[in-house]
Amino acid sequence: MRDPRFAKFVLLINGAVPLTILAWDAYWGQLGPNPTNDAIHITGVMAIIFISLTLAITPARKITGWNWLSHFRRMLGLFAFFYALVHLSLYFAFQRSFSLIGVIQDTEKRPFIFFGMTALVLMIPLVITSTNGMINRMGAKKWKRLHQLVYLVAISAAIHFWMNGKVVGPGQKIFAGVVAALLGYRIINWQSAGTRKARASAGA
Amino acid sequence: MLIGKPPRVPSGEITDEGMYLNRRSFLRAGIVAASVAATGWVYRKINPTPEGSQSSVPLADFAIPTTQPTAGQSAAGFTVDEPRTSFQDITHYNNFYEFSTDKESVADAASGFITHPWQVSVSGLCRKPRIFDLDDLFKIAPAEERIYRMRWDGFSLSMLLKRVEPLSDARYVAFQTLLDPARMPNQSSGILDWPYVEGLRMDEAMHPLTILASGIYGRQLPPQDGAPVRLVVPWKYGFKGIKSIVKIDLRAQQPPTTWSAAAPDEYGFYASVNPSVDHPRWSQATEQRIGVGRRDTLMFNGYAEEVAPLYAGMDLRANF
Repeated sequence: MRDPRFAKFVLLINGAVPLTILAWDAYWGQLGPNPTNDAIHITGVMAIIFISLTLAITPARKITGWNWLSHFRRMLGLFAFFYALVHLSLYFAFQRSFSLIGVIQDTEKRPFIFFGMTALVLMIPLVITSTNGMINRMGAKKWKRLHQLVYLVAISAAIHFWMNGKVVGPGQKIFAGVVAALLGYRIINWQSAGTRKARASAGA
Repeated sequence: MLIGKPPRVPSGEITDEGMYLNRRSFLRAGIVAASVAATGWVYRKINPTPEGSQSSVPLADFAIPTTQPTAGQSAAGFTVDEPRTSFQDITHYNNFYEFSTDKESVADAASGFITHPWQVSVSGLCRKPRIFDLDDLFKIAPAEERIYRMRWDGFSLSMLLKRVEPLSDARYVAFQTLLDPARMPNQSSGILDWPYVEGLRMDEAMHPLTILASGIYGRQLPPQDGAPVRLVVPWKYGFKGIKSIVKIDLRAQQPPTTWSAAAPDEYGFYASVNPSVDHPRWSQATEQRIGVGRRDTLMFNGYAEEVAPLYAGMDLRANF
């Protein structure tokens, strides 16, 4: 893809679609009997979907050879953070009634809140360093190492989602499976890269 | 040499730039619209809108007409002066894992659930154990109107228990939901040990606020709310209100209950509403009231005056 600008624009518009429908549903009272819970739930699910999509770029690129896919990774990651932030804000407003102390107590006392908070906090340095300027300033190597934090983000988010229900439902299992597959792909890749390197050095 | 050869396409057939750009922007608008529609469709699959209302047969069609509480009964907690949860919400936001773990999907999943014929067996430590046909069960006492924020129609469980004459060593009452994976499809999943079982201590079971409900808002209980007959214990968490009951058993020992067996650290036998005892994974200090908003949770769900004496001297932190 020579000019990804239009494709990025399409992604930008589509990334805003869930928020737009959510706002529309909220305005028309279409969020069901427990609207605040519904909004908190769906924004969390959106964050999780965007985290998965962000992590899916590299495997998809390697498998298909479509290197242009990497143009979309930054925006997908930013959408993940955006929905996670809306998710946290709604929880803060409607479940903790804007009580910062309530949120801190929850984070301390409840492992599932702790993992959610961890996922969100770990995304902050990634967002801050997401600009081209920052990549240049940090150097690609350091930047890449920092952005491996996204693996911890995904794992924390998966645990957060897994622990949140009374029972583990299909959604939790699907996301945990997706994260496991996406991280598993990388582990296998690193291992085979490691053996290739080892073989190369042994042969030399 | 090929270079310098005139173009084979006559100049009249070359799309002019304006039209080319026009066509391109048309195509792009199409791509944007189609992708937005696809994303919207996926979003709707993940988060569907609530369905339309579903009516059910009036309670009067099958049971004795509902009686209104007297002033004295109202004062004893039979009626609360609070905004009532809407019928739509009550029938479309249900915890009934036999049908679905998604509260908003239960109504749909339970819509074809047939509750006639139905029998409730009452057995165990009593003088007159028997199996009640549904119609006989409802003849025990007229359905009374109870407003526990929702309007339930039913009668005190004590009236049924007195009918079978409990023995003096009957200290607990065990309840069991129907086990029939063909009719309750989620029972094929392993999420809980089926059938669902619950229990009360005899004094809790005999308390006048504890009812067997067969209707809501003057209508027959719809399947998603526990048809044809369910338990309502207004000072306890919702999972104590076992639905679609087929068996009531009087026992000397405390019976196992589904949630405390599934997660003993999280759910106890008593499960009385208590803002100062948190569930290990979430706080119980505040509650989200459907259609109203969040407020501080009340001790015994606001029924402290009526039921606190049942637990006098008990450590409610240990007996959560």
